Formats: sequence, structure tokens, C-alpha cells
Amino acid sequence: MSGIAENLNEAAVLRIQVEDFLSREMELLDQWRLPEWLELFTEDGRYEIPVTDVDPDASPERALFYVADDRFRLGERVARLMKKTAHSEYPRSRTRHMISNIHVISEDEGTLEVRACFHVFRTKAGVTDQYFGSYRYKLIPDGESFRVREKRCLLDSDGLRQQGRISIIL
Amino acid sequence: MGKTAFLQRGPLVDVSSTRFRVSRHAFVDREVLEAEYAEIFDRCWLYVGHTSEIPKAGDFITRTVSRRSVLFVRDKRGEVRAFLNTCPHRGAQVCRARSGNAKSFQCFYHGWVFGPDGRLRSQSDEESYASGFNDQGAGNLVPVPRLASYRDFWFVSFNPDVENLEDYLAGAKDYIDVICDQSSEGMEIVEGCQEYSIRANWKLLTENSIDGYHASTTHATYFDYMKNSVGSLASVSLEGKAFDLGNGHSVLEYSAPWGRPVAQWIPAWGEEGREEIDSIYARLKERLGEERAERIARKNRNLFIFPNLVINDIMAVTVRTFFPHEPDYMQVNGWALAPRDESASARKYRLFNFLEFLGPGGFATPDDVEALEQCQRGYASVHEAPWNDISKGMTKEQPAYDDELQMRAFWRHWHESVRTLVEE
Repeated sequence: MSGIAENLNEAAVLRIQVEDFLSREMELLDQWRLPEWLELFTEDGRYEIPVTDVDPDASPERALFYVADDRFRLGERVARLMKKTAHSEYPRSRTRHMISNIHVISEDEGTLEVRACFHVFRTKAGVTDQYFGSYRYKLIPDGESFRVREKRCLLDSDGLRQQGRISIIL
Repeated sequence: MGKTAFLQRGPLVDVSSTRFRVSRHAFVDREVLEAEYAEIFDRCWLYVGHTSEIPKAGDFITRTVSRRSVLFVRDKRGEVRAFLNTCPHRGAQVCRARSGNAKSFQCFYHGWVFGPDGRLRSQSDEESYASGFNDQGAGNLVPVPRLASYRDFWFVSFNPDVENLEDYLAGAKDYIDVICDQSSEGMEIVEGCQEYSIRANWKLLTENSIDGYHASTTHATYFDYMKNSVGSLASVSLEGKAFDLGNGHSVLEYSAPWGRPVAQWIPAWGEEGREEIDSIYARLKERLGEERAERIARKNRNLFIFPNLVINDIMAVTVRTFFPHEPDYMQVNGWALAPRDESASARKYRLFNFLEFLGPGGFATPDDVEALEQCQRGYASVHEAPWNDISKGMTKEQPAYDDELQMRAFWRHWHESVRTLVEE
């Protein structure tokens, strides 16, 4: 095989691995298997959703976000969502996470930077809300699979005017 | 607006010495919403923005205030101005950006150009207009009828005859002072706005923003989280009082166990954090004396300024304003307010604290949103179940922070404002 083909082949395999991983992640979210979803994160993992009028690279230490969880708070978010006293999500909503345009941007010192587009539907009590935008992941290879060091969700909507809240995990 | 509908509705607020009730028609009837725009939103002072959001000449923001697009801008001489964002020629919105810096604003429809002072600078094909066309200023952007600020909070009014802002703010002024006195350098809005909506009547958010009664049930999971977080609670109990500040404004002032970046330390912030909090407190004490320093640092405030401004000085400071679009739908804007001279580490704690509780992705606000939307759904039974009860603490001499005096203050003022339109 020529060098180009070999590189292509390697890139294709990597993308398929990443796609498999992210599809499984979406499935865990849609099945409300949130404690298992949490296990996908590294010990220093972060989950963030900036507001929509700041730079996509904004820091939650200086700008207002909707969500900026370190690993501890993310664990507490999951614990909260699994309780019957999380009123906004009990009875639970049904969700469907669609992910596409998955793209490995770079691989640097064992960290993969991955971008993808998302479209998430949430239905509860006769109301369906939609969230859409792009994901930015930092993934760490872990055997055949990956761990998430960072998941940043960039909403394309005008704030949350349509949805009102982010009570599910995007 | 048929008269019979009003008569069927009866009184919107029903008060005896032991019971205070509000009709659920106040939350569902379109005539009530129209009366609120006519008698409240189009007549009161309304928050538009903060000095820190437009620091330099030419800085601008466009914002919807009482259904109008307002251009909030700093002109070349450094003066803050506010204009109706509509071209005097045919009406198009002149500025379509949400914020930025501009030397001038051009309406794209026919090309009229305005300065940040609102003055018409040029028109395309100007020679087709009579000389002296703009001598009376009819070609300039229309300024909002009234614009004034207090401690860097800017307010507009669409009522030229509104009383002056300081009189309007009444007792709320002192509490704005307490909140702003936490910094000798003034306060600023942190970059970023939480923009959301709630499928419920706007007055439900007014009540919720100053409701000390709902915390233990609605926010059970927030308190679970606080208990799980090592060192996130100070040994301070939740207790305090509610005050009627006049003109429909009110406040809860209370102590609470959460950390306050100005200035109540919690173990989670470590020894380094303790040193910083101690030095913030020492500076407050030196500048303002022990009593006021203690109040600024250790007391929380949920401040409500009629009709739709909330400044909650709690585990962080949030500024929140909201407008109804329908009887059962409102749009909400929320910001974080912080001392201008805050260190990077204190700012970090502050924003971490903010997101823990506040905002549509926090551990508390989504459950508030759910509660408000459930209330609104309940009002479908308005004919059979017509009353809300707001009586808690009514017979006490000094109602507590978790009584409902502050809501009664709102409702009395609200009722005075709209009753002639909707009850007679």
C-alpha cells in the first residue's frame, strides 16, 4: 500500500472508533444510563455549555456559562438527575441525541480533538424542545476505546429562548 | 375588551385581615396582560443595562424593553444615551447587531446614517429633500422619553411624566447601595448573558425570585449537593426578614450557609481562599465600619424592584429582568454582577458558585422553571379553582424571610396599577 493510502486507512479506522464511541455515549444518554455515562469521563474531566453571546473558547473562570462542571460537580449533576426530587426531569423526559459530521481535528500528545454536530430532542408532557449546535471533545485513547477529558457543547440557538432550560445532559 | 368579561372576573386581589388571595385570572387573561403593558410596563422605570456594558465611546447594545427595541449607546462625548431603534424615515430597525462599537449607525433600507448621539448625519440623495429638512430634528433617532441611572444601573421609561428615578426606587435605593458598596471601584456585569424563557406568567417569576418558602422542597437536590460537597457550607443558619420597600419593591435579607465571594468563607476555598476573604472583609470594615461590613459580607439579599428587576445578592450576584410576551410566556435575561476590582481567583469562585444554583443549566433554576410551568398548567382550572393564597406570615409583627410579606407588597402595588382598567 502506498503511504497516502496507509495514512487514509489509519485515519478512517480512528474515525470509526471515535464514531462508535460517541454513538455509544449518545445511547447511554438516551437510555438514562447516566452513571455509566459519567464513567466515560477522566478524573479531571469537564462538561461545559457556554452562553451563546461569548466566544466559543471563552473560559468559565471569566465569562458566564450555562454549565461549567468539573468532574465532582458533573458527578453531582448525574446523582441529582437520577433522583425523583429532580423535579424538572421527574417524571423523566424522553430524549434522542443525533450526532453527525464527526471530525477528528488533531491528535496531540495522546489527546484527540474531535468536533461533531448535534441535534437533541427532548419530549415531556406534550412539549418537544430541540437543542442543536456543535460538540467539541477532548478524548484520551483508552485501549480500544476512549475517555472524555472535555466535552463542550456550543449551542447555535439564540440563547435558550425556545427551550427555556437545559435540564438534561446534552 | 368586553365589559362583561371584566365583571365575570371580579376582584383580582381579595384581602381580609387574615387571608390574602390573588385571582388566577391575573395569570391567564389577555386583558390583564394588555392592562399591565398600558399601566405598568409603559409607565414605570425599567432596567435597560449597566454602565460597565458600554465602557467606551461608540459602545452599544440593542435590547428589547417593553416590546420595543432600544439602542443603548455611549456617544462621542462619553454620555450614555438610549434611543428607540427605529428609523425615523420608514421604521426599520436601524441597528441589527446585538452589541459592538460603532462610529455611526446606518439604516440599510434607504441608507440614512445616524451618529451615536442619534443625530441624522446623512441621507442618500440628500439633495432631493428641502433645505432645512432636519432643522426641527424630525430626522433624528427618537430618544426614549426618560433615561436615568442609579449606581450604574440604567433605567428607561416610556412615560415622560414618570417621577424621578430616585423617588421611584424608594426604599430599594438603600439595598442597591449595600450591594454596590461591596467594591470601592464599582460593580460590573460579567461577560455573557443567560437568555431563556419560561412558559408561565411573568408574575410567577416575580414571586419565585423572592420566595423563601419553596427552597427546601423545590430545591431538595441542591441542598443534597451542598451536603455532599466537602466544605461547601459555613456554620451559619438560614434566617432573616422580609421588608416592604414601597412602590411595590421588596427585599429579603437573611444569613445563609453558602459561601459568598464578598465575603463569607467556606472550607472548600482552602487556606488561600480564607486569606483572600479575610482581606476583602478587612478592607470593607476599614472603608465602611464594622456594622455595614458585616451586613454586606454576611447577609444575603433577594431584592425585587417593581415591576421586573431582580438583583439577588446570594452565593453570587445575579441581575435578572423579564417581560411577558403572552399571558403564559415570558422571556428572561440573567447576568452576573461582580466587583470591578475582584481578583481572578475570587471571580472564579464567584462564577463557580453562580452556576451551582443559578441559571437554566444550574442545580436549582430548572426546578423553579418546572414549578412555574406546572402552576400555569394548573390555572386552566381558573373557573373552578380561582384563587392563589399569599397569606403566609400575615398576622406576624415581623414576617420572616420565608413568609410572604414581600409578595403581598408586590401584589398590592400591582393591583393599584391595573385595577381601574380590568375591574371597573
